[in-house]
Amino acid sequence: MNFTLKIWRQKNGADKGGLVTYEVKGISPDSSFFEMLDMLNQQLISQGVDPVAFDHDCREGICGTCSLYINGRPHGPLKGVTTCQLHMRSFQDGENIFIEPWRCGAFPVLKDLIVDRSAFDKIIQSGGYVTVNSGGIPDANAIPVPKHDSDASFDAAACIGCGACVASCPNASAMLFVSAKVSHFALLPQGRVEGERRVQNMVATMDSLGFGNCSNTYACEAECPKEISVANIARMNREFLAAKVFAEKEKTISFSM
Amino acid sequence: MALAGLFLVVFLLVHLGINLLLLANDDGRAFSAAASFMGTNPVIRGMEVVLFGGFLLHMLFGLLVSIRNRASRPVRYQHRNLSETSPLSRYMLHSGIIVTIFLALHFIDFYFIKIGLVAPPAGVERHDFYHRTLVLFADKGYSAAYMVGFLFLGFHLNHALQAAFQTMGFNHTKYTGAVKAASTIYSVVVAGGFMIIPLWVMFSR
Amino acid sequence: MINLNAGAPKGPLAEQWASYKSGCKLVNPNNKRKLDVIVVGTGLAGASAAATLGQLGYNVKVFCYQDTPRRAHSIAAQGGINAAKNYQNDGDSVYRLFYDTIKGGDYRARESNVYRLASISPQIIDLCVAQGVPFAREYGGLLANRSFGGTQVSRTFYARGQTGQQLLIGAYSALSRQIAEGNVTLYNRRDILDVVIVDGKARGVIARNLVTGEVERYSAHAVVLASGGYGNVFYLSTNAMGSNVTPAWSAYKKGALFANPCFTQIHPTCIPVHGEFQSKLTLMSESLRNDGRIWVPKEKSDVEKLRKKEIKPTDIPEARRDYYLERRYPAFGNLVPRDVASRAAKERCDAGFGVGSTGLAVYLDFSDAIKRLGREAIAARYGNLFQMYEQIVAEDPYKTPMMIYPAVHYTMGGLWVDYDLMTTVPGLYAIGECNFSDHGANRLGASALMQGLADGYFVLPYTISNFLSAEIHTPRIDTGLPEFESAAKGVRDRLDALKNTNGKESVDHFHRKLGKIMWEYCGMARNEAGLNKALGLIAELKAEFAANVCIPGGLKEYNPELEKAWRVQDFIELGELMVRDALQRNESCGGHFREEYQTPDGEAMRDDDAYAFVGAWEFTDGGSAPELRKEELRFETVTPSQRSYK
Repeated sequence: MNFTLKIWRQKNGADKGGLVTYEVKGISPDSSFFEMLDMLNQQLISQGVDPVAFDHDCREGICGTCSLYINGRPHGPLKGVTTCQLHMRSFQDGENIFIEPWRCGAFPVLKDLIVDRSAFDKIIQSGGYVTVNSGGIPDANAIPVPKHDSDASFDAAACIGCGACVASCPNASAMLFVSAKVSHFALLPQGRVEGERRVQNMVATMDSLGFGNCSNTYACEAECPKEISVANIARMNREFLAAKVFAEKEKTISFSM
Repeated sequence: MALAGLFLVVFLLVHLGINLLLLANDDGRAFSAAASFMGTNPVIRGMEVVLFGGFLLHMLFGLLVSIRNRASRPVRYQHRNLSETSPLSRYMLHSGIIVTIFLALHFIDFYFIKIGLVAPPAGVERHDFYHRTLVLFADKGYSAAYMVGFLFLGFHLNHALQAAFQTMGFNHTKYTGAVKAASTIYSVVVAGGFMIIPLWVMFSR
Repeated sequence: MINLNAGAPKGPLAEQWASYKSGCKLVNPNNKRKLDVIVVGTGLAGASAAATLGQLGYNVKVFCYQDTPRRAHSIAAQGGINAAKNYQNDGDSVYRLFYDTIKGGDYRARESNVYRLASISPQIIDLCVAQGVPFAREYGGLLANRSFGGTQVSRTFYARGQTGQQLLIGAYSALSRQIAEGNVTLYNRRDILDVVIVDGKARGVIARNLVTGEVERYSAHAVVLASGGYGNVFYLSTNAMGSNVTPAWSAYKKGALFANPCFTQIHPTCIPVHGEFQSKLTLMSESLRNDGRIWVPKEKSDVEKLRKKEIKPTDIPEARRDYYLERRYPAFGNLVPRDVASRAAKERCDAGFGVGSTGLAVYLDFSDAIKRLGREAIAARYGNLFQMYEQIVAEDPYKTPMMIYPAVHYTMGGLWVDYDLMTTVPGLYAIGECNFSDHGANRLGASALMQGLADGYFVLPYTISNFLSAEIHTPRIDTGLPEFESAAKGVRDRLDALKNTNGKESVDHFHRKLGKIMWEYCGMARNEAGLNKALGLIAELKAEFAANVCIPGGLKEYNPELEKAWRVQDFIELGELMVRDALQRNESCGGHFREEYQTPDGEAMRDDDAYAFVGAWEFTDGGSAPELRKEELRFETVTPSQRSYK
């Protein structure tokens, strides 16, 4: 198979960047999208051209590193897969393929197709955990958890943090990512304890990082490679409103010894 | 924004109810009585202020959020975004702006006359909305513009109502389908209901 | 030859760890703040260790090459995590888990470590549940278990097919909390290229900032390596593209011993290679062998026709199929352990009966199971795996047999560590897959996650204070010390040399070549002649790489080719050591199968008299061959026996 690739090239964060056209020939329909890019890079190296930089690691759809915006859709045309699980048989022979990085002010481009997603880490650091230490833990079966809640929690926790939700959202909103984490904990008794604090802190951090707002287009759900549901966004909204209305003021205790 | 929007949703239903009284074959008595009640009852007068506040808030928030949303993607994609989305949900700002323009016309034609800012056309009394309506809808161009305005309001509402539920935190495996259906029914009823009136004026009189 | 001493405590196994823990030296909270610890890697071991050390009050610096700690390759583990909880009341106990692990490892692991691992396992589950890991549950709300290969009890906890992901997110959450509290500083997108030794103690690392290309120095009172395994030496493996041996290899070159490098695990059920440009292999869970039957055609003529696509596998009648596992191992059939199943597949393909376009695949057929149980039942059990297979291969496994082939999956070897998990360099620790581990010559399913978290949450935080308690008077280490100066210079020089080679071939070219050598001569089956040949080939490859590698782009920028070049150069050197180790071990055990040492019917033959030891290699400067040192393995609790699956 042959393809015409229009790839975003940008030397570094300060560079302006632009689309560059490349031709690749003789690609097996069974090769993955990244193997096709590998072939392009081998071709570029032999011509002495700087190869295209793109993020990838596990190549089995679980690490969430890959982040290509292909023909106007994050992770390409298929539903429920990451870029690394995409194969060339999903494209037409001779097709023009546009490849761009995720676009969001909070995800600055580092080089070519690689963006910096540490904004997601900052959101998690602001509350995406249960405050427990590794000692003094009760037995794992001490608190029963309804199977339905546990399964729903897993569904939310299956988020791989790739950022396709942000990339697809017309507003570059991170609501699906944040709500998946809020839901993961909100559905478990272990996470409920600090639920009010978590949702307020995580939402505040998300807002401060420059992501857009949710206008319920649900593009995120359509593009999420793990098919995380927007019901999580509603749950976060619910948690957030309830926390804003009902949560007591945080008490600052100072103690001297 | 969702809260203000939900408030407007209720207002629209009341407004529609009163407007539909136009259709009663009583030479506008019921309609005029309702209009006069709405225009004189102090509670309603108070609500009017709240209503304007609601409109302004809804528009203000809508604008602010849209500006922020655009700013969150300073460099845009080269390829058109092809992600599948909830129908017309991408165009809420656009349909909102069209509805706002319509609203401005509507104010000039009705509300500003009522409060005396604009002089009523010849032969129609300032508080006589019934005849004012008949005069306006006699103009086919005006009627068409009026209907287009409501068509966009319908699009706006179709997404708005179910989105407001989602934003307020209501999403349930059993009931969300019903909310979406109700949202569509509501938008068809409201848009269609308002559009019947010019049609009625055009074809039955 | 100097024998190594692990420093394991004396006394009955069951009491060793408890009494040892009570005897560990402590560091007071005020002093912990003044002590820096570097952790390299953020997989299960690294993230859990960094989080726990931060929680204890140490000042931790944690490094990963990925953009965020949550992407480390532990995330790809599917099946589950073992723990001796005995929630099923099916007779499980700490002792049984210990015994299964020692036996599964073909009696090449240290009893004291394995027992400690088994005794810690229940705590891991408690902690993970408290962290909010959504393990599978029964309708009553309590935790569910499933069974796994090599055991007769159900002790595996799981979160659908994504247990590794959920556990890693738990550890990443704990780590994130410590970062927010200021106890841990995260350095992402950094490659650790050297370990700095000052006065005989590990005191820091040299990193390359992958975004800016800057060579950076970081100091600490102790260094913990949790950089994972080295399966990518084979080029094609189930590891992530970035998984590398570099931090461990730089430690080896700075004096840490590298133990049992030839012990690699080859997983029998992976999706076969489809072509020259393949970059990565995908694992299909071992559970498939519960219902799938493995076969190849009996007749070469059928093989020919299959390859030419003249017939379909379903056209071959029952009588012309060779269910070779059922034929060779009637008692266990398709459920023989990983190493046995892998070798049998290779044997058939080598004999010319392999299927698929490359001839390197065998069929895994579900048609009998579908006939017996119905399509629905099979879909309920393996639906997601079938989907994944169809996604990659574009064939429907409900209608036509799957094609599978063994692939490199895990490496049991790694840096030698004592009972404290400290390498032979004081202050330098290795945890998780990075160390030579508790798995001996073969790892049981669902035990890697257990070991990583045990090391990070519950072992290292205790044992590291034995070393750090003596460091409370050592001020912060200055990165301007001459040792840092020379290490940084060494790194810069090597980067310059790589960049200035200006050869003709890309890094991948050499990596693929290395992979082929390793797979051919040091893969599933090895022999003396082949290993000797490999030594020569690797030496040639090393020279060719040095003369002819081509790296475009600059040093001071994001340069993925440069990153790969450094890693591949280390892999080439490691490959040589693996071959030496495989040559040295004149026996077959676990993942190490020497063709000369097999029973008449082709089974692995251990030699407990001569080889019941850990082979740890010491780097020697100046190009001379590394030296082998041994840690004798004494089995005081279990008695080694020959495995049989007939």
